[in-house]
Amino acid sequence: MALFNQSRGNIIRLIFLGLFLIILVQLLNLQVFSGKYIEAAFNNAVFPKVKYPDRGIIFDRKNRAILNNTIMYDLVVTPSESKLTDTFSLCDILGIDTAEYKKRMLDARFKNGPYRPSIFEDLLTPELHARLDENIWKFPGFALVERPVRVYPFNAAAHILGYIGEADSGIIKRSRGFYRMGDYVGRSGLEAYYESILMGTRGVQYMIKDNRNRLVGSYENGRFDTAAIAGRNLRTSIDMDLQQLAEKLITNKVGAIVAIDPKTGGILAMASGPNYDPNSLTGPNKQKNYGALALDVAGPLLNRAIQGNYEPGSTFKPLGALIALDEGVITPSYGYPCGGRYFGCGHGKPACTHSNPGHAANLRLAIANSCNSYFVQVYRNSVDNPQYRGVKKGYEKWRDYLNAFGLGQRTGVDLTSEAPGLIPDTSRYNTVYRGSWNSCTNLTLGIGQDMMNSTPLQLANAMCIIANKGSYFTPHFVRDIDGQNDADTILNKFKVKHAVLTNISDDAYEAVHAGMQQVIDGTSSRAKIPGVNVCGKTGTAEKYRIIQGKRIKLEDNSVFVCFAPRENPQIALAVVVENSGFGNTWAAPIAGLMMERYLKDSLSVDRLKEVDRIHHSSLLPSYIPYLQYIEDSSRAANWLQRYKDSSILKKFLRERSKPPFPRSREKVKTSHAFVVPDPRLFNKNILA
Amino acid sequence: MSQRNPAISKGVDWVLIWLYLALVAIGLLSIFSVTYRDGDSVIQSFLGFKTDYSKQFYFFIASVVLGLFILLTDSKFFTATANIWYAVGIFLLLLVFPFHTEVKGTESIIRLGGFNLQPAELCKVFVNLALAKFLSRVETDFSTPRSHLIATAIILSPAAITIAQKETGLALVFFAFFLVMFREGFPAGYLIAGFSIGVLVVATLLIDKIILALVLSGIGVAMIYFMRKQIKRKRRLLLSIVAIWGLSIITIVFVVPFLFTKVLQKHQVERIFSLIGKENPYAKLNTVEGEEAPAAVKKDTDYNVRQSKIAIGSGGVTGKGLLKGTQTRFDFVPEQRTDFIFCTIGEGFGFIGCALVLGIYLFLLLRIVNIAERQRSVFSRCYAYGVASVFFFHIAINVCMTVGLAPVIGIPLPFISYGGTSLLTFSTMLFILIRLDADRQMVLR
Repeated sequence: MALFNQSRGNIIRLIFLGLFLIILVQLLNLQVFSGKYIEAAFNNAVFPKVKYPDRGIIFDRKNRAILNNTIMYDLVVTPSESKLTDTFSLCDILGIDTAEYKKRMLDARFKNGPYRPSIFEDLLTPELHARLDENIWKFPGFALVERPVRVYPFNAAAHILGYIGEADSGIIKRSRGFYRMGDYVGRSGLEAYYESILMGTRGVQYMIKDNRNRLVGSYENGRFDTAAIAGRNLRTSIDMDLQQLAEKLITNKVGAIVAIDPKTGGILAMASGPNYDPNSLTGPNKQKNYGALALDVAGPLLNRAIQGNYEPGSTFKPLGALIALDEGVITPSYGYPCGGRYFGCGHGKPACTHSNPGHAANLRLAIANSCNSYFVQVYRNSVDNPQYRGVKKGYEKWRDYLNAFGLGQRTGVDLTSEAPGLIPDTSRYNTVYRGSWNSCTNLTLGIGQDMMNSTPLQLANAMCIIANKGSYFTPHFVRDIDGQNDADTILNKFKVKHAVLTNISDDAYEAVHAGMQQVIDGTSSRAKIPGVNVCGKTGTAEKYRIIQGKRIKLEDNSVFVCFAPRENPQIALAVVVENSGFGNTWAAPIAGLMMERYLKDSLSVDRLKEVDRIHHSSLLPSYIPYLQYIEDSSRAANWLQRYKDSSILKKFLRERSKPPFPRSREKVKTSHAFVVPDPRLFNKNILA
Repeated sequence: MSQRNPAISKGVDWVLIWLYLALVAIGLLSIFSVTYRDGDSVIQSFLGFKTDYSKQFYFFIASVVLGLFILLTDSKFFTATANIWYAVGIFLLLLVFPFHTEVKGTESIIRLGGFNLQPAELCKVFVNLALAKFLSRVETDFSTPRSHLIATAIILSPAAITIAQKETGLALVFFAFFLVMFREGFPAGYLIAGFSIGVLVVATLLIDKIILALVLSGIGVAMIYFMRKQIKRKRRLLLSIVAIWGLSIITIVFVVPFLFTKVLQKHQVERIFSLIGKENPYAKLNTVEGEEAPAAVKKDTDYNVRQSKIAIGSGGVTGKGLLKGTQTRFDFVPEQRTDFIFCTIGEGFGFIGCALVLGIYLFLLLRIVNIAERQRSVFSRCYAYGVASVFFFHIAINVCMTVGLAPVIGIPLPFISYGGTSLLTFSTMLFILIRLDADRQMVLR
């Protein structure tokens, strides 16, 4: 019995020992052989807080900051600590009611939980910040937090500089996790194109967090932290004075102005009308402002200088001549006996504005008089060049020239979403004309019409080729990056000189220049600058638009291209003003003012009067208010239908009265009166 | 050993005293490392009865004073009053029903002023005394089923009352006394049968019911086949095999679902399933209408053990050092000063620290068993085994829970976990043992 009892005592000892061994094995497993728990504990307790670098600053050619950083304030709240807040006083200052206050508190709790701060109101106006700063002691749990914001000190160059916005899911996906939710990235303009340089390098600060995700201090005294490296600054070729003048001149007009320094390809100014205040997209009301801009049918967010497709019209003529000269199918002394119409294809089209004999006796005179027949013939000579055996080969060659000029394809300017313009290729003509076409079919290409389209930037760039006598640099804004090194290849393509015309003698260029100078000295007196030889060319393009199924002829687009001075070109310009009549009426004087401002560095008093006159002239096409009214009313109707709240109508309908239907400029016999349809008819359900 | 007061210290087992002091010191250090915040004035808060470690320290002083009183008591007092204490314990337990205060979901606490009295804790001591008393009675013949039944009743009646107070963890502790009964001749067959049922229940949870039933039937058929000669001689053998098979099937098909839907509470079921890493198949049956979705509960039950394992696992071999553990410093592990205190040791002092603490515990347990075996009195031996069993059960369940080997059962780690009542109870148990051991030359009945 004693032995039996003794063994039971030993069994109990063995049970104790066995269980402790099992525990020890599990401890070995957890602590010694499994590494994942160390990482898990690190992830639990350490929060890598991203430190955002300052974005790079953008300077103009005179080294003035045109896009800078500033500090604004957000009001943040930690819900769990805000119990004692003087709610009424806070609501009074912010101008909200208690229901809104409760809603925002709930949002904050929902977003970041009760123990972490969330934004209560972002980007406070300076007045609001001052009032809150004074009273913040009354609101425990609330704090004012700095936030860097982009600011545009000149209130100008909105389309060029672009804006930043929060990264959307597409950007985050494409960046393969580099960007995170809440990161700001350049969304347009230079901000987007030079994002990699402007953004800088993010730093990381390792913070310790507790079980409620509150940050309670730095991890290991910041031993593993990395500092944020500020984005690098950009030095641009923009002349801010010229840019501001350009924007002043394009105010209340639809169109674009582009000025390039032909020697470097650096863009001096680029304005698009209508434009907007870039600071309106950074401040407290940025969402509201962006909404208003996006819904404006005039398209203020559109950069027409690189996205607008315009028929070059007569401004194309010098380019046509250059191609023919390079191919050797004409010489400067080549003449065409134009009698007011072109009869080379038998139908007497196109007509010419001049009919006096000898107005196209040579290249210079033809350019000066803008003879349609002459340039149609020059075009046909080029494409029917016997050297290429056949119009299609010849046309392809001709098109290659234009592509080399930067027409019909993107110039490669350092902005995003540039439009390529259009120089149709042979397959396009084959499709349209079922393969049977010749130089007579598309002869108006010679005078910049037919299907040809180009952006104002392309036109200005083409002027650079003429000014430089056969070469150009890819137009660009940024000439230098601060702290540039060999790794920065982004600017390399702007340093390459493109020599596109090689077979043209200096005399021939002089003939073209002389013809273009004669244009200024002759018809286009409004672009004349005393003491400077200006070479230019006007253009006028007819414009149609289909509005509610009705084709309406609008006022012609006014196009003007030029460069100056003739002997030593310093500025090349393209100006397009939509629906403003002849090239000479609006585009030419705008170009004249721009050149004078740039070349003489100032404007005289009576020239400033001219600036004011143009600035205050509204040339907005008459169809815009009408389209806006239709747009607004159909949106209002939609929302009314959805929410059954008639106050919506007031919110959306900016115009109370209906604007008149735009009048067609075409002198056609209209047999019946045009009935303006009720805009509500477009929303079929509204009356039901 | 030269003692100034031979009257008290005569025959006292100093090894136990030193082990006790070491464990309490480790406990104070652990509670300190959880509670201490940078900039706290240590001495001020230590004396101020404001922080947990200072409270624990004062409870330790109280325990030592109580211990001194116990050492001064005549050891005959315990044998004489054992049954009275048991009656008092049961009375207190019953008193809980009308006078309890609900704290953290348990209904086992009576509030007396600022002090929480948990009679179930105290009952451990009383049951131990009463069981020892019963087993050591001259008239007790512990080979009869009747005495087995009485002993079981002594153990399980407080357990049943405690379960009724929704304090399953504490109730389970009473099952530890089966070890004492085993030592005193309780047939091993009962324990094996109980253990087998436990294995069967776990197997039911892990393996598909039908497969398990088929496997068991196969074993049964195989046994009948191999034992056919014995069966021919002894018909009862076949009957018992069939009976065991039938009981197993009933357990699988009826008892386990009944246990997991009707007997155990929902959070306990969730804890068990989160331990074995399975979806709770009884979730729908368990969910009362209007309660939160089972998925949310699962995540919650999982959280404690996951964080506890992270804390212990991240300690590595040598640990992060005192006050350096991020898991325990920033409250990632819930209940880490009470039930999950072992995490603090695991994170701060790593495998070496854990092994050291476990070593101290093992040494303590084996020491108590040795003391038990050297007793001449049955009462003392039974009491010593009772102490060892209760300590062992607490240590095993608590540590297994923190390292993810057992479901979450809220019972404290002896001498280390924060908690005045538990420290007092464990100290009392230990000091009574020391007192009894000091008089081991006397034969007590």
